[in-house]
Amino acid sequence: MAFRRSNPRPVERPVPIPVKIVVAGGFAVGKTTFVASLSEIEPLTTEAALTSRSKGVDVAGDAEKSATTVAMDFGRITLGDDLILYLFGTPGQDRFHFMWDELIRGAIGAVVLVDASRLEDCFPAVDYFESAGIPFVVAVNAFFGRLHYSLDDIREALAVPASTPMVVTDARDRMSTKSTLLELVQHALALTTA
Amino acid sequence: MTDATSEPGKGDRLRVRPYTLTGGRVRSMIELAIETIVVATNKAGRSRSELRAERRDICGLCEKPTSIVEISAQLRLPLGVVRVLVGDMVTEGLLNTNRLDLSSAASDGRPDQRLLERILNGLQTI
Repeated sequence: MAFRRSNPRPVERPVPIPVKIVVAGGFAVGKTTFVASLSEIEPLTTEAALTSRSKGVDVAGDAEKSATTVAMDFGRITLGDDLILYLFGTPGQDRFHFMWDELIRGAIGAVVLVDASRLEDCFPAVDYFESAGIPFVVAVNAFFGRLHYSLDDIREALAVPASTPMVVTDARDRMSTKSTLLELVQHALALTTA
Repeated sequence: MTDATSEPGKGDRLRVRPYTLTGGRVRSMIELAIETIVVATNKAGRSRSELRAERRDICGLCEKPTSIVEISAQLRLPLGVVRVLVGDMVTEGLLNTNRLDLSSAASDGRPDQRLLERILNGLQTI
């Protein structure tokens, strides 16, 4: 008879729903900056240990810092009392795909960040999201607001279909990165209603 | 109690091999994604003083909704260790999670239309 209790048990705090977006791209393309521009916390880094699935991956010739762990940046955006969006910045190289499988599970989608002068750096990310059927947008990071190639040229070079949104963004600018995320969510939404 | 420290004279519990904290287990009984959010329960508040240091730290962080990956970064513990510890703590009623709330996820686990609309609205107001 709960109503006779003199000390009613306090209610448990609600648990918000987490949602996530992956920000992928080549080395030093501005992923951390992109995440930081929107995150309400100082972006944090976690070291994801290589899993057994990746044991066969040869990292011997690569930078020592990534020999056993992969650094992953993330940020957080509260979208309401019961909804929190996490942004994960993740390295775009082929050998990190084992990490993406988990990262992308349940994700809204991905932003592939592109440096127009090093297009080839984003090929692995584009290939991965395309073959996994994950909604993604290609965001060309225009440092200093200048872009030397047209989006059409870049689209052709990346061979992404017209149905994949492509935008120019400035990873340092909150309004710009916010509209990139909006573009992605709208794209994901369009795919669910298609 | 210094049960988390295996070498006498070394007070820093981070020196312990991380999986010592999990009794050597590398798998959680509960499937926890890195973004899964947990919140400390009322029971956690009551039994705080009886908890081992790393569990107390996790309960402290989870006074506010906190994800697995945030716990890992804040406490500098490997993701795998946090998963096992948090999995145990959920089972023991020290932490709550919404992992069973699959109502708003499509069959592939991605957000469905209704949730995407809420995300869109939320993003527009930040």
